[in-house]
Amino acid sequence: MRIEHLSKSFRLPHQRYSTLKERMLHPFRSTTFDVLEAVKDVSVEIGEGEFFGIVGRNGSGKSTLLKCLAGIYRTDTGAAEVRGRLSPFIELGVGFNPDLTARENVTINAIMLGLSRKQAAERFDEIIAFAELEEFLDLKLKNYSSGMHVRLAFSVAVQADADVLLIDEVLAVGDAAFQQKCFEQFERMKREGKTIVLVTHDMSAVRRFCHRAMLLERGEMLGIDSPDAIARRYNELNFGRLIHSQTEGERFGDHALAEIKEAWFEDARGARIKSLAQGQRCTMCMQVRFHADLDDPIFAFNLINEPRHTVFATTSEWSDGPSGHFAAGETVTVRVAFDNWLAPMRYTITPSVARAGMGADALDLREDLASVIVHGTRATGGIADVPHEYSIDRA
Amino acid sequence: MSTTAISQRPVVLGADFKRYWALSWTLATTEFKLRFYGSVLGYAWTLVRPFALFGVLYIVFAEIAKLGEGIKGFPAYILISMVLFQFFKAVVDGCLTSLLNRENLLRKMHFPRLVIPTTVVLSSLFELTLTLAAVFIFLFISGIFPTAGWLELIPLAALLTVFATGLGLLFSVLFVRFRDIAPIWDVVGQMLFYASPILYVASMVPEDFRQLYMLNPIAVVLTQMRHAVIDSGAPTAADEIGSGALLLIPIGFVLVTFALGLWAFVREAPKVAENL
Repeated sequence: MRIEHLSKSFRLPHQRYSTLKERMLHPFRSTTFDVLEAVKDVSVEIGEGEFFGIVGRNGSGKSTLLKCLAGIYRTDTGAAEVRGRLSPFIELGVGFNPDLTARENVTINAIMLGLSRKQAAERFDEIIAFAELEEFLDLKLKNYSSGMHVRLAFSVAVQADADVLLIDEVLAVGDAAFQQKCFEQFERMKREGKTIVLVTHDMSAVRRFCHRAMLLERGEMLGIDSPDAIARRYNELNFGRLIHSQTEGERFGDHALAEIKEAWFEDARGARIKSLAQGQRCTMCMQVRFHADLDDPIFAFNLINEPRHTVFATTSEWSDGPSGHFAAGETVTVRVAFDNWLAPMRYTITPSVARAGMGADALDLREDLASVIVHGTRATGGIADVPHEYSIDRA
Repeated sequence: MSTTAISQRPVVLGADFKRYWALSWTLATTEFKLRFYGSVLGYAWTLVRPFALFGVLYIVFAEIAKLGEGIKGFPAYILISMVLFQFFKAVVDGCLTSLLNRENLLRKMHFPRLVIPTTVVLSSLFELTLTLAAVFIFLFISGIFPTAGWLELIPLAALLTVFATGLGLLFSVLFVRFRDIAPIWDVVGQMLFYASPILYVASMVPEDFRQLYMLNPIAVVLTQMRHAVIDSGAPTAADEIGSGALLLIPIGFVLVTFALGLWAFVREAPKVAENL
């Protein structure tokens, strides 16, 4: 499959004249419209037997691209070429008629997907067996549960036996068992060497199945890379745009002697970040200005997750010993670097400066001064994903 | 793989005629079947409509207004004319809204776009066949028996189908852009009913206007039908318009309409999915 410089735009008229009268009443008012460039200059070559993912946020042009590939929309410029028979699952069960029985709907749907009447009849049993709907063959579709509906639709689509499949978010429906079945089916098709293009938001599916993936944003192709790399970029894109409604918590201490000016997170290269991928090294930072001479103040960070657990706390006293002498007017930056094995979530830090000594009283403590979002591709349920190794020893 | 690369774009007919036909046929038969689902009398209902209308019109125009005095087999003529006209109207009406009605298919599936109007034409043809079967029984009862001339009904119905399909194709794509095609066609269709020889015969039209009147392809079809089916003594369409050569004008009009409709459909259909 080859896509060359494919672009597609839609005209969005500000006021749409859909009757002649409206048009006659405003003969000189030209129809103004915005041009929405849904897909801009996308090129990619997808080899035979490749499982290719297309990811992107809502409205990034994924579905439009798929519809162009499927030949539902015309392309403005560029072309999409496909070798072999193509079966698009833009939506499951399109054209199912609720007043017909499963038997009739299967036949119609199969023909629509490109089988001949004879092939449709031959595969009928397989389709029904895969959907596990043998008992409900002659029931009208309107009496089906929505799950049964989806199962039937998926079975037909799978049995349509195309060389190239375009799949748009079908995994979003169905219960866990059915999803498992879909996954198994994908694995099988992958083994059979079918070319599959999958559009999804589900990064775990991308990582599980795809050989390569493409990231789309506002119609533009941001890159084609390994699923891992694309999943990471997708997450960055997603969370990087989250508006940081950073509500600083309470402030303790009189900050007369030392004052925390700001706090932030840095990545390994020292750039300030609002989001970071799991597994990367990161640094918590605070900038402190001294208004008086101080000996051995204690700097501390508390890292707090969304459920307000302190996931991790550290002070310079425990880790580093006495911090030394600081003069009035001096400004310092305190950094704590660590490998980020935290679970994907939003975190805040509460930095503090305290006087040395027992019962250290805070000079300045600012709750939730900075926040960062950790993104990963898997939610394990743990609050941290500590690096680990398995070994199984037999006695 | 030996298959050649196929460039993906919306198609009107597509290279695979078999698929086009299989799809049209399946959709038409199921649509036809669905019409009878859930109604007890099923087939009877398709007959009730034309026959009931026929009953009313016959009483008003033939019995009260005495329009058909001296015309052989006038009730039978009204009945067949009406059935044919209703078929014509059903095709155009059906095509007109067909693209909009099948919106979800158009936006989500790749298939030859021509399937959609074809489905309408096919299922109307099924219905016409069934209705005509009942009409023939009516003819036997009123003493009109089959002759070789009845075979002329096939090309006549074909001409009517081509005309209706042409208009239907044109309207179907226009309707996507201009929703007021529907009310306009409603009025025009009504006018066409009275402008066609359904409740009267073409010979009743004043001679001065008759040539002009016969330019209406429906008038040609119905007049020829009268000659072929009802009364072989009645004038043919060629007689009414003046000569056989002049008949080429309404026939040419039908072909031009069809070509225009097809041209508009081929031009617009690939864009329909995004304009709906």
